[in-house]
Amino acid sequence: MNYKQIIAQKVASHIPQYSIINLGIGIPTLVPDYLGDSECYFHTENGMLGVSELKEEQLDPQLVNAGKLPIGEAIGASYFHSADSFAMIRGGHIDIAILGALQVDSKGRIANWAIPGKDIVGVGGAMDLLEGAKTIIVTMLHTSKDGDKKLLDECSFPITSERTADLIITERATFKWSKSGYELIEVTDGYTLEDIKESTGLQYTVSDQLVKESAL
Amino acid sequence: MRNKVITAKEAADKFTSGMTVMVGGFGLIGSPLTVLKALEEKEVTDLTVISNNVGEEGIGLGIILQQGKIGTAIGSYFTSNREAVRMYNENKLQLQLLPQGTLSEAIRAGGAGIPAFYTSTSAGTKLAEGKEQKVFYGKTYVLQKSLKADIAIIKAHKADEMGNLTYYKTARNFNPLMATAAKTVIVEVDEIVPAGGLDPEAVITPHLFIDHIVQSKATLLEGRRVEYEL
Repeated sequence: MNYKQIIAQKVASHIPQYSIINLGIGIPTLVPDYLGDSECYFHTENGMLGVSELKEEQLDPQLVNAGKLPIGEAIGASYFHSADSFAMIRGGHIDIAILGALQVDSKGRIANWAIPGKDIVGVGGAMDLLEGAKTIIVTMLHTSKDGDKKLLDECSFPITSERTADLIITERATFKWSKSGYELIEVTDGYTLEDIKESTGLQYTVSDQLVKESAL
Repeated sequence: MRNKVITAKEAADKFTSGMTVMVGGFGLIGSPLTVLKALEEKEVTDLTVISNNVGEEGIGLGIILQQGKIGTAIGSYFTSNREAVRMYNENKLQLQLLPQGTLSEAIRAGGAGIPAFYTSTSAGTKLAEGKEQKVFYGKTYVLQKSLKADIAIIKAHKADEMGNLTYYKTARNFNPLMATAAKTVIVEVDEIVPAGGLDPEAVITPHLFIDHIVQSKATLLEGRRVEYEL
């Protein structure tokens, strides 16, 4: 498995059956591959509940997800206009949003819509999802290609929302928000607690379970 | 029964410089491509366009963007047309960025006679800077004014001759909202059927919102290509 698949598989393990899920572009789109028989329903903010994997015979240029990629229509699917779609999001009717981020910080805030020094010309549905989804799962690489930290004490990029992200899942580790800060709850095989500490700028505690395991 | 059917050219002739125009579509999907193509021939400048995106380079709204007919664009995601970003950098285009949910709600409110509303989306971010804010139940909300237009050009799947509309899959997006929020509403459709030809239970946009109907002569193909039968 490549790092993207590792992340997608870990995300899938946190998803209860019958969840209503909005998937961001990139790694999140791989998550359904790892849900097995678990029945979930996928929402796309451009106006559909019941997104399914594209089957060749369903290919239709007017049936796309928010990334404008062709999708399929699941049994029980429905279509609606953009204001209803965002009422579902903002109104708290989406169980889980799985999205990518450029940075996350100790306060649980994420930055995923703009880069300083570049034009701020697109936001799409990112801010609405952060405001309204009941659970936010962030998928991202632990560091940049150059090894720069992306899990920081404070985001240096413009934040997307003041809302805290519930789970941060990288190819190396999983952090869970609990009350006032992140807790490291899982480390990928091949990495040590020390590796995570060195590559992570945000403040976190280590779960009792991991402390016990590392003492073995 | 009033005859609402007009040609794409007649639709384009309703535009004058400086107008505020809503254009339906999520990118090219559900965008009134025939009317936008007809606007290529219409002399008009300084339009304010309210649309999620500004089409693709040289396609859809991208046609009149390229011609310099748009002065200001209000939308949520301009990144998908690199030309819009370039023109913005050259000061040839003003951009107003709104979160997509705020944009769609502002259009719905505009059509429903609601002048402004509060949303928590964007609170505490760069997009809330300079906007009025208020705390409700301990949480900060941002005041957003509603949006209206002089003309809306939208895309639907079928219209009956009266102007009742049905839509097609994810081509619905902003179209039913924009149908409610402009003084003049022009719908481009794949098929025009006789009055009574649509199941009343299936009608999404009732005819009172629609002023003019244009037969579509554009087909959106795979790979974001468009075929016209003009």
